[in-house]
Amino acid sequence: MLLQYIAIAILIFLSTALAGLVIVLGELFGPRVKTNVKSMPYESGMTPIGPGTRRMPVRFYLIAMLFILFDIEIIFLLPWAVVFRKLGVFGLVEMLIFILILLVGYLYAWKKGALEWE
Amino acid sequence: MTPLQLVFLLTAALTLVAAFRVVTTRNLVHAALWLVVTLFGVAVLFVLLNAPFLAVVQVVVYIGAIAVLFIFAIMLTRREMRDQGAQLNKGWWAAALVSLLTFGGLFWLTRSWDGFTRTAAPLPTGQDTLSALGKALVSPDAFVLPFEIASVLLLAALVGAVYVAYREK
Amino acid sequence: MDSALILEWVIKSAILIFVLLTGFAYLTLFERRALARIQVRIGPNRAGPFGLLQPVADGLKLIFKEELTPAEADKVLFTLAPVVTVVPALILAAVIPWGRDVTLFGRQVSLSVADLNVGVLYIMAVSSIAVYGIVLAGWSSNNKYALLGGLRSSAQMISYELALGLAFVPAILLADSMRMVDIVEAQHPWWFVVIQPVGTAIFLIATLAEVNRAPFDMPEAEQELTAGYHTEYSGMKFALFFMAEYAKMIVISSIAATLFFGGYLGPGVDRYPWLGPLYLFIKIVILLFGMIWLRATFPRIRYDRLMAFGWKVLLPLALAVTFITALGIVLEMLWLIPVLSLAAGLFTVAMVHRALRRKAYARA
Repeated sequence: MLLQYIAIAILIFLSTALAGLVIVLGELFGPRVKTNVKSMPYESGMTPIGPGTRRMPVRFYLIAMLFILFDIEIIFLLPWAVVFRKLGVFGLVEMLIFILILLVGYLYAWKKGALEWE
Repeated sequence: MTPLQLVFLLTAALTLVAAFRVVTTRNLVHAALWLVVTLFGVAVLFVLLNAPFLAVVQVVVYIGAIAVLFIFAIMLTRREMRDQGAQLNKGWWAAALVSLLTFGGLFWLTRSWDGFTRTAAPLPTGQDTLSALGKALVSPDAFVLPFEIASVLLLAALVGAVYVAYREK
Repeated sequence: MDSALILEWVIKSAILIFVLLTGFAYLTLFERRALARIQVRIGPNRAGPFGLLQPVADGLKLIFKEELTPAEADKVLFTLAPVVTVVPALILAAVIPWGRDVTLFGRQVSLSVADLNVGVLYIMAVSSIAVYGIVLAGWSSNNKYALLGGLRSSAQMISYELALGLAFVPAILLADSMRMVDIVEAQHPWWFVVIQPVGTAIFLIATLAEVNRAPFDMPEAEQELTAGYHTEYSGMKFALFFMAEYAKMIVISSIAATLFFGGYLGPGVDRYPWLGPLYLFIKIVILLFGMIWLRATFPRIRYDRLMAFGWKVLLPLALAVTFITALGIVLEMLWLIPVLSLAAGLFTVAMVHRALRRKAYARA
């Protein structure tokens, strides 16, 4: 079993090496003439105003929060799905309860407008 | 030294170095990325322990979700994403002393426990750990109650997050 | 563990990467030619016969382009971001079986790089890492458009990852396993697309959003974001982003083919195992053409609607479909699954239609 992961490690190593090679190729053959104008942030020809990285809306954070909760739910669903045939009706009811409890939260988020993107 | 031990030592060293960088680097986004490296090292350790499910879940949940949340949170809160203050304050020696004492105490306490020195029995070959895990999670004589309670916990987190973020509406 | 085994893995990994790279190069040509045909143009046909050397010409051109790094960019992360984007796209393909085991040089060789018992979860894990390249590219560029594009893109990807993850569940339920080979073999008389058509549709829609393809190519909406997260990238670093996107298209099509369209199965595969890769290749090309066709046909979806669609439509529908599949298995009536899930799918479409109509009236 462990052996299969060595294959994945080899694949990760090879693809990282390839990506590194591509970057080195670009560095080697591309010309480099630095000017102040070129190294400005690109804003379609306008001179940028203010800093490039700013605070972002709270909505992204909330989406990530909701994502974690449902992601964990899916993680629980997967091993359940593997043994489902052996569990039968009991497994179905059990998972139904699990999901229904979470659906309450989902409906709350919906009603509160957390899923809107105005 | 077997190749397995070598891999373990390298991964452990990488994990520790990355964890150290998490607390010492001044750029918060870099700190979050070092945290990702640490978590990945832990995932590799899970693989070495023959627990592939936990390893992959570690990647999906911790790297794919929680660390992303951290990065979003950093971008949300700090305008200047660089910590300018000193990293050590005047009481650093007291903190060092307390942690040394705690470590010594724990070391002394666990010295007599044979879990560190005893070699665990090898896993029976050909056993499907995955379906064993699935059954343990949802069969009535195992962990079904904690499993259902986990959903209540997730519900509380969900409602809390929405409530805090949308209080003014 | 012997050295021959390691050699086998190195060779298989190298072949996989080579296939994905060649596939990437010719997919760009295929897309340009197909789009051109749909728009009654000819497309690139000058470099070599039928334009077959066009990808080579593009690659050579990019190597000799000047690379710019913005002065205030985070240099290390700026270089790292394309690498972090392209590596997951390539290693995602590790668990896909290209056929049954074959005997080669007197050895039993399996036609996948790694045969994991958590194959489906592996796909989820690797595709969840892919978010990082985009966030990092956006953040390290120190450019407003890039940051906004990166954030939008990552929020979109994690939202649709939920529907994607849930769409795996019916396939696991029907196959009783997370191993990719088992899932393919379980589709022997009936492909899962027949048993679970709605789950397949959810999967295909979610993968479009996952690879940021039209009509979900919000992060690259040029009218509002110039070029999104890769605004500041040029030369070979840009080529890496491009490579990641197209390699991911190929890989995700092969995952869809494996999970729902019978993978390497096809007539005669029992007798001649070498037909397996051919069948899988044909299925992948058909799915890729579907993606290109969609790009030519549909306009881009507005971002708020895109998020609403993911959270309010795809997620509940995917949950419903999961339970319909489980119900059909418990009752041992497999025919119930397509009937009920198609009903659920039609109901959802009707509800979306109603909601959109109401909104249109409210505005008028």
